Amino acid sequence: MAQTEKIEGVVAQFENPATLIKAAQKMRDEGFRDWDTHSPFPVHGMDDAMGTPRTKLGWMVAMIAFCGTTGAYLLQWWTSAVDYPVVISGKPFNSVPAWVPVMFELSVLAAAFASVIGMLAFNMLPRYNHPVFNSENFVAKHMDDGFFVSVEATDAKFDQEKTVEFLASIGGSNIELLLADG
Amino acid sequence: MSAHTETSEPPLITGTQSFHTVSQRISEVTEARIQGTPKLWWVLMVISLLALANLGASIAYLFWEGIGIWGVQNPVGWGWAIVNFVFWVGIGHAGTLISAILFLLRQRWRTSINRFAEAMTIFAVICAGLFPGIHVGRPWVAWWMVPYPNQMGIWPNFRSPLLWDMFAVGTYFTVSLLFWYTGMIPDLATMRDRAKNKIRKISLGVFALGFRGSGKQWQNYEKTYLILAGISTPLVLSVHSVVSFDFAVSLVPGWHTTIFPPYFVAGAIFSGFAMVMTLAIVARTVYKMEDFITLKHLENMNKIILLTGSMVGYAYGCEFFISWYSGNDYERFAFINRATGDYAWAYWTMISCNVIFPQIFWFRKMRRSILVMFVISIIVNIGMWFERFVIIVTTLANDFMPSAWDYFTPTFFDISILVGSFGLFLTLFLLFLRFLPMVAIAEIKGVLPQADPHFYEEKH
Repeated sequence: MAQTEKIEGVVAQFENPATLIKAAQKMRDEGFRDWDTHSPFPVHGMDDAMGTPRTKLGWMVAMIAFCGTTGAYLLQWWTSAVDYPVVISGKPFNSVPAWVPVMFELSVLAAAFASVIGMLAFNMLPRYNHPVFNSENFVAKHMDDGFFVSVEATDAKFDQEKTVEFLASIGGSNIELLLADG
Repeated sequence: MSAHTETSEPPLITGTQSFHTVSQRISEVTEARIQGTPKLWWVLMVISLLALANLGASIAYLFWEGIGIWGVQNPVGWGWAIVNFVFWVGIGHAGTLISAILFLLRQRWRTSINRFAEAMTIFAVICAGLFPGIHVGRPWVAWWMVPYPNQMGIWPNFRSPLLWDMFAVGTYFTVSLLFWYTGMIPDLATMRDRAKNKIRKISLGVFALGFRGSGKQWQNYEKTYLILAGISTPLVLSVHSVVSFDFAVSLVPGWHTTIFPPYFVAGAIFSGFAMVMTLAIVARTVYKMEDFITLKHLENMNKIILLTGSMVGYAYGCEFFISWYSGNDYERFAFINRATGDYAWAYWTMISCNVIFPQIFWFRKMRRSILVMFVISIIVNIGMWFERFVIIVTTLANDFMPSAWDYFTPTFFDISILVGSFGLFLTLFLLFLRFLPMVAIAEIKGVLPQADPHFYEEKH
C-alpha cells in the first residue's frame, strides 16, 4: 500500500501550546524548511520559535494606501479642475483642502483591501485542499483543541522514517503519514 | 506559582472552559436544528419580520407617491430621514471602537463582545445607508452620486460635504465588512471541521477559504488584523466627523461650529455602546452566554457609557456657552430657542436621557444590575435619537427670518419607516446570532489562561 501511494508529508500532535513552542524550536534548529505548526489560535512567541521572518505585508499595505491617496487626489483634481471645471462658491478649481476627506477615505479603503487580499495571497489562500486535511485526527482537532506540527515531503530533509522518528523524539504523538489519496 | 499567574487579572471567561468547550458552546448555536432554536428567538424574529415588512411597504409607497408623504416641508427640508441616518451611523461606531480601538489599547475583555458589536456596526450602517438613498427624491438615479464617466459629461461636486459623506460611509461599510469577515475566518474554519451535513460542509468550506491555523498563516493573519485595527481607528473618528461636516460646513446658526466633529464622535460612541449593551443583554439571555459575556464585560461597557455620556454633556454645555460668548445674535437665539422654544420638550428629553440618567452608573451596584443597564441603554438610544432631532429640526425650523419659520410635524410614514428600520436591523442581527459565531471562538481561546505557553511552566 504505502509503496504504491505517494507520501505527501507527516503530521504529529502535541499536547499544549508550550510543548508546541518547544517542538517548533527544535524543528527550526534541525533545519527543516517546508514545515509548519498548527494551533486553533495564534500562540504567543510562535514566530520566534519557528524562526519565521517578519512579514512584508505592512510595507505592501503602506504602498497601496499611498496609491489610494494619490489616486483620490488625481480623480478630484482631474474631474474638478481639468475635465469640467465649474465655479462653486467662488472657490478655486483645484480646491486642495476640500479634497482631503476623500483622499483619506480612499487611502483607508485601499489599505483595507490590500491587507486582506495581501494576507490571503501571502497565505496562499483560498486553497481547495491541503495534504494535512487527509488526516482525520488533524481535521477534527486543529481548529478545536489540537496542536500539530506538519512536515511536507517537498522538504529537502524529509525522509519518511527519519522524520517520523524525529517528531516522536521531540514529543509528538498520533504521528500520521499523509497519503496523496487520503 | 509563576510570577505571571500571580499578577494576572481575574479570568475574563467564567465557568470551567477548555479549548473544546469554547468551540462547542459557540458553534452549537449555529448547528442547532429548527427545534433547537430558542422560543424567544422566534418571538423576536416574528416581530422583526413584521417591522421589516412594514418598512418594505412604506418604502414602496414612498417611491410611488414621493417624499411628500413625510412631514418634510419648508423650512425643514431634512426631516426624520436625516435624523435616522445620523442616528444609525452613530450606532455603528461602537462596533469599530470595540474591534479596533480597544484592540490597539490591548483591552482583552473586548474579545467577548467584538464579534456581535462588529455585526451590529454593519447592520446599523445598512440601515443608515437606506435613508439618504430614499431621501434623494429620485432614488432611481441615486447612483449619480458616484463619480463615473457618463453621457452628460459631468462629475459630482467634490467640494460638497454630502459627497464626502458618501465616500466616508461607503468606505466605513466596506472596511467594517472586511474586518468582520477577516475576524471570522478562523471561526468559520472551526465550524467547517465540525460540520456534519453537506450544505454546511460546502458553504463553510467556501467561506473558511481553506484556512488551516498554521503558524505562518497566523503570522500574516495577525498582521492583517493589526493593520485593519490601525486603519479603522482613524476611519471611525473620520466617519462621524464627516457626517458632522454636513452640518458644520453650512452657514446655518447652530450648525456652523467647529465643536461638531469631536462632539459627534463622542455621541456616536455613546449611542453605539448603548445599542451594544441592549443587544448583548438580548444575545446573552436568548443564548445563555453568561460565561462569555460576564458582568465584568457589561460593567466595563457601562463605564464607557458613563464617560462618553459625560463628554456629550460637556459638549452640550460648551456649545451653549460659546454661542453666548460669540456675541452673535443668531447663534445665541439658535441655542436659547432650543432650550426654551417650541422644541424645548425635545431638548430636555435629550438632556435628561443623555446626561442625567447615565450618571446612575457612578454606583457600582447600578453598573452591575442587568435590569438597570438594559433600561438605561434604551433611554440613551432614545436620547441620542432626540439629539439628532434637536440638531436638525430645531435649527431648520427657526433660522434667520421669522417669516420663514414653521413647526415640523412628522407623519405616519415618518414613524413607520423609522420603526421599519429597526425591523431591518433586528432581522439581520437575529439571523447573525443564529447562523454565525456570535463570539470570536479563536480570540476567546487566546485569552484563556491555558493559551499562554508560560501557563505550563510550573509543571515542567
